[in-house]
Amino acid sequence: MEVSVTVNGEVRTADVEPRTLLVHFLRDDLGLTGTNIGCDTSSCGACTVLVDGRSAKSCTMLAVQADGADVTTIEGLAGEDGLHPMQEAFHECHALQCGYCTPGMVMAAVSLVDEYSDMDADGVREGLEGNLCRCTGYQNIVKAVLAASE
Amino acid sequence: MTVTDTPFAGGIVGEARLRKEDPALLTGEAKFIDDLDLPGALWVACVRSPHAHARINSVDTSEALAVAGVVAAYSGEDLADTWVAPLPCAWPVTDDMKNPAHFPVAQGKANYAGDIVAVVVATSRYAAADGLEGVVVDYEPLDAVVSIEDAESDRVVIHEDLGTNVSYEWPLIPDPEGVDAAFEAAEHHITETYVHQRLIPAPMEPRGVAVVPAPHNGDMTLYSSTQIPHVLKVMAALTLGVPEQKLRVIAPSVGGGFGCKLNVYAEEILCMALAQRHGVPVRWTESRTEAAGSTIQGRAQRQTIELAADADGKLTAVRATLLADMGAYLQLVAPGVPLLGAFLYHGLYDVPLYSFTCKSVFTNLTPTDAYRGAGRPEATYAIERGMDALAVAVGVGADEIRSRNFIPTEKFPYDSPAGLVFDSGNYQPALDRAKELIGWDARMAEQAERRAAGSTTHLGLGISTYVEMCGLAPSRVLASLNYGAGGWESATVRILPTCKVQVVTGATPHGQGHETCWSMIVADRLGVDPDDVEVLHSDTAISPLGMDTYGSRSLSVGGTAIWMATEKVVEKAATIAAHMLEANPEDLELTGGVFSVKGSPDAEVPLAGVAFAAFTAHDLPDGVEPNLQAQVTWDPPNFTFPFGAHIAVVEIDEVTGAVDLIDYAACDDCGNQINPMIVEGQVHGGIVQGVAQALWEEAVYDEDGQCRSANLADYLVPSAAECIDMKLDHTVTPSPTNPMGVKGIGEAGTIASTPAVMNAVVDALRPLGVTGMAMPASPMTVRRAIEAAGGGAS
Ligand code: FES
Ligand code: FES
Repeated sequence: MEVSVTVNGEVRTADVEPRTLLVHFLRDDLGLTGTNIGCDTSSCGACTVLVDGRSAKSCTMLAVQADGADVTTIEGLAGEDGLHPMQEAFHECHALQCGYCTPGMVMAAVSLVDEYSDMDADGVREGLEGNLCRCTGYQNIVKAVLAASE
Repeated sequence: MTVTDTPFAGGIVGEARLRKEDPALLTGEAKFIDDLDLPGALWVACVRSPHAHARINSVDTSEALAVAGVVAAYSGEDLADTWVAPLPCAWPVTDDMKNPAHFPVAQGKANYAGDIVAVVVATSRYAAADGLEGVVVDYEPLDAVVSIEDAESDRVVIHEDLGTNVSYEWPLIPDPEGVDAAFEAAEHHITETYVHQRLIPAPMEPRGVAVVPAPHNGDMTLYSSTQIPHVLKVMAALTLGVPEQKLRVIAPSVGGGFGCKLNVYAEEILCMALAQRHGVPVRWTESRTEAAGSTIQGRAQRQTIELAADADGKLTAVRATLLADMGAYLQLVAPGVPLLGAFLYHGLYDVPLYSFTCKSVFTNLTPTDAYRGAGRPEATYAIERGMDALAVAVGVGADEIRSRNFIPTEKFPYDSPAGLVFDSGNYQPALDRAKELIGWDARMAEQAERRAAGSTTHLGLGISTYVEMCGLAPSRVLASLNYGAGGWESATVRILPTCKVQVVTGATPHGQGHETCWSMIVADRLGVDPDDVEVLHSDTAISPLGMDTYGSRSLSVGGTAIWMATEKVVEKAATIAAHMLEANPEDLELTGGVFSVKGSPDAEVPLAGVAFAAFTAHDLPDGVEPNLQAQVTWDPPNFTFPFGAHIAVVEIDEVTGAVDLIDYAACDDCGNQINPMIVEGQVHGGIVQGVAQALWEEAVYDEDGQCRSANLADYLVPSAAECIDMKLDHTVTPSPTNPMGVKGIGEAGTIASTPAVMNAVVDALRPLGVTGMAMPASPMTVRRAIEAAGGGAS
């Protein structure tokens, strides 16, 4: 099946099997490997991307469901003038260690901050519940998201 | 001791410097194993036994071969001739240790749910998965052994040729009569039994393997999401008979390990064999659910600890007895894991007499092996829970019982009753500081108030103080423990012609921030910008010598090698600089990247000038080789012994049994710190991993040996919502056994936090008559404990 998705501002078209997951389409067909896969039960959030501006777990969607949508992956976040403020905050706050959860965590955080304006630490913790990190204990992630939301 | 003992003068070490690893990881530029683009690669999928114990009557792959995209399928018998040796266990802890042959694909019998019984090779990952459905295996299920007690009874002997399920018994009892006498004379004799549930390490990146062969010249590149490319190279060469010089192992970006990527796995050897056979690249990526049967699990032991103490609660002897679950086979270092704790069941307490024995058995469950802390969390848990029981028996506080027993500061270096020498320690200040951070007195008062008011929301405070042994390890000590390799680490420091620096290390990071820290160490000494230092690692072609990363060894062993190589380069550079300045090398000092003659401030030459002179080699002193480069292999004389005090505060709803962690403080001491930001990060993550054992995580198996918590929906890795902000501080007691005065910190948090939380849980419920609690302390477990104690509202 042919799907056509706007990914990081560019229209990308590919012929995929109907069962192809969005995450595999991004990774295997488009070579955008920044979006990671950490589970097979839509539990970990490593695959989080923005679909039409809202965070979505790209392992829970078929590529064909994204036909016509506007998708932003971690590769599309940094602009000409450097890292996105959320990426910058993760760096400044040491909110990543192995970095495997990071692309998904950053995308989820971008969407969260976009959706709710003044959040406190508890709000951030609840808001990121769907994204697991095994390395950081979350303290610095929460700090980073709060810093970026200011 | 204070921070003035630091040997660093460059103003870089000791600063919270942001990580140079981050930009690639934050933008998706970093390449993890599954990100590698390998044109023409075939995908491997494994048929795994659904039975914990079953005879394999037949394997029929014909239908699989008919599936579109499938190019081959093999049973264990088909590949039997491929292996030169079984998968390696590098730690035969006793001479008579029983070690069943373990091949990448099982033949004849499957010994746990997850054992590979056949393999499918296909042109895509989807096709490989489709092919699995077409493999028909005729199993004859056998009785499964799923508990260590059942295993010990030999009701069913899993590996018939071994005649028993007991792999080994390992005693460490320097003075048996003395221990017995101490228990007879003891005023207090505490006996406690604890169970460490099985844990799934669950790094966020599952494992993966890719092998690129070069059939005509015989080269082979093995990519693996591993902590140990160097060890893996040696072991893979031996297991498959590939000439070691033809084998290159690369660990790309690795998304966490926590010990579970410290292994030589079936899939690594299998993919090598299949790449050889097919002559094209071959790859496999683990799925999360598959991991419960393909990747090792941690802990899994029952421990009995006995404490003998006098009337004041002063310990006179400690006796620990373990029954440990190895799972179905012995993985790389599994037998040694309980032994890494064997020396520490007396914790940081001054105890004259000591007894430890461990019996390890096979079960029909996923093999176990090292998981963050490996042996030390278990030891710390036993002694720290036991100390709380002793405090109650003696009638003193949990803080007081510890203070009474701490090894006094003046006794360092301390000859431990188990035969170790603790390098340095100063325990009381860490406990005092942790109490201050948590507001101990106020919390105690709050607890008393709630109890007086009859509140059903109970407050509990739990202390865990700890010392651990890490920085694996002096090679001679490893030899005495029958370990199959040394514990050294290698480093090369190379100053390039333009005065940029390359550091080559045998340590293999997977989140620890080595690139940042190693650059800081070198930059601090050379007076260059840390960004001008490039750290090369994780590729055996670039870094041929190494012992890799585990056991909190990277800094104290690998970092020390880098420190020493830097000194060696500076020494050589000084010789050249002295020649240029017509001075004596001994009269030179290197500050801020400039060599100057002591006492004559004008006579100076920048390191950059020396580097270029070393490169052109036009005018070097006689006998001095061109270029600035030095290689050092460092074998540490001792472990390092970090320590600290952690305090957890929990709130428990008596009615629901729900445990809420509401406050946490820790004061750790890892000696001199290179980058305090990274130290804190390690402690944060470590604490949460240990808390997770106490409250949430368990690999649950049913009576048939099926894992009921194989995925992340059922296995409760905590999210941000369950976690809280932790209050951290540190003291600094440098280790005298390495020149930087550093100790490891990667595992400390995990070691300390599990007993701190469990002590808090028991403390909270003590008024209800609760004296013990199993892990994880889930609401149901807590409610049962309250009911069993006959207390509580309902
Ligand atoms: S990979 Fe999508 S939620 Fe885990
Ligand atoms: S940084 Fe490793 S999983 Fe989050």
